[in-house]
Amino acid sequence: MLVVDISGLNKSFSRDKRALNNVRLQVREGEMVALIGASGSGKSTLIRHIAGLLRGDRDGGKIAVFGETIQENGKISRGARKVRADIGVIFQQFNLVSRLTVLTNVLMGMLGRVPAWRGSLCMFTKSERMRAMSALARVGIDGHATKKARHLSGGQQQRAAIARTITQGARLILADEPIASLDPASSRKVMNTLDRVNREDNVTVIVSLHQVDYAKDYCKRTIAMRDGEVVFDGPSSQLTPAFLQELYGEYSSELFADGSDDTAKPVAEPVAKKDLAVATS
Amino acid sequence: MNSSISSTSLAAPDLPPRDLKRSMGSMLLWAFIFGLLAWSWEGADMRPMALIENSGNMVDFADGFFPPDFLMWKTYVSEMWITIQIAIWGTALAIVCSIPFGILCSENIVPFWVYQPVRRLMDSFRAINEMVFAMLFVVAVGLGPFAGVLALWIHTTGVLAKLFSEAVEAIDPEPVEGIRATGANGLQEVIFGVIPQVLPLWISYSLYRFESNVRSATVLGIVGAGGIGMVLWEYIRAFYYAETAAVMIIIIISVSLLDIISQRLRKLVT
Repeated sequence: MLVVDISGLNKSFSRDKRALNNVRLQVREGEMVALIGASGSGKSTLIRHIAGLLRGDRDGGKIAVFGETIQENGKISRGARKVRADIGVIFQQFNLVSRLTVLTNVLMGMLGRVPAWRGSLCMFTKSERMRAMSALARVGIDGHATKKARHLSGGQQQRAAIARTITQGARLILADEPIASLDPASSRKVMNTLDRVNREDNVTVIVSLHQVDYAKDYCKRTIAMRDGEVVFDGPSSQLTPAFLQELYGEYSSELFADGSDDTAKPVAEPVAKKDLAVATS
Repeated sequence: MNSSISSTSLAAPDLPPRDLKRSMGSMLLWAFIFGLLAWSWEGADMRPMALIENSGNMVDFADGFFPPDFLMWKTYVSEMWITIQIAIWGTALAIVCSIPFGILCSENIVPFWVYQPVRRLMDSFRAINEMVFAMLFVVAVGLGPFAGVLALWIHTTGVLAKLFSEAVEAIDPEPVEGIRATGANGLQEVIFGVIPQVLPLWISYSLYRFESNVRSATVLGIVGAGGIGMVLWEYIRAFYYAETAAVMIIIIISVSLLDIISQRLRKLVT
């Protein structure tokens, strides 16, 4: 089943700079896809478009999620809010409401599913609360349920955000640099949690990452972006050091946690940008 | 100290050139301020000499206030309670109205064709003093505290809606986006994303307005809108200065007490 289907998506924030340039890609159910690229390459912009939080240009671009149109021709479709209930978004800055408790934040995931008046009054049934608690238990922070979100560490807040998407019953998780502001140990925990949700619940995951190592370790497929264009889409194992160097420019070696020796000498022959663009299977 | 850094090896840096434009600007500003004061002198009928010339009268006048006459203190205290009760209801109604109006004034929540007209409406609520509203409501609903409540309600709504919306406009948008991404509707975004962020400020502003409403309510009685102001006005008009002094002391004590309590509460929430 096609989970995400994007065709001809353009986005310009100003007249001369395109943040997304003719993006076309498809993601199937159960995939865990890494989205890599330098800062400003359009990763976050793409994720926000898929979630319907940003609108593309009015030139025919279309995004469908689970077969339902999220936006078309620069307009968010009417059914978008309904589809959003199936999409869990995880942000770099966690985007929890810091003054509310962790449990309340996780219950927010239910807002798209319960009747509007009940959600607005924060009236959740016992089984809904139990569901939120078990989501917290799955990400390993159920002991912090009654603390205010701001009193948790960054890694714990991010896992609370994942628990929110689990409670939401999201079938697609869009994670926008979820580990960019975390230390390595917390990063591993967050990535392991995403990996488990992907494997155990068959939730499709699209995760944008700064460190290519994580992409290689956790995701079979990688999509690389540069200047708003998809320049690589294929098995993560096919990412060559030479390509990554080209993708990230001269600072590429810093992106590898396990030492920079690999990236210094190209293993395979340099591949041109267009040749790398493997067609989606 | 490192010997390689000696005062001789460092050439003294040149002083930055004087910014003529800026010093001219500040001179013009001062000229403007003094000009403004001079221009207002006549209109405000400033006669400092009158203070000195009439000092004898003033002493006699002040003498009339002492000793304050607390014979009727029970009446004063009960009227003071009424004044506080006017302020409580005026503020409470204003808070209830300021929540929706404040949100409808915020440019990060609603489109401009909503916030512009709502802001202008709030401007008009705020522009007119509560005394003026009180006079109008005395005509409409009759003499008494209720007119005072209505006057405070309208004026305070204008003030609090503006303060509330300023708090809303300063929120962090990320948690709101997080809520939106779960499929929540617009109202739920405000309830769970906006209000938790602004609540401490809102409470603080509301308490502050309550303090100032108690002060306003003490004078509302002058136009017939009930409370201690009415008593005060009666005494002043009848030249009962000893009683006037007693009433003023009661007002000072109660207003100070309320200020202290509300200040403590405000510190608690922020």
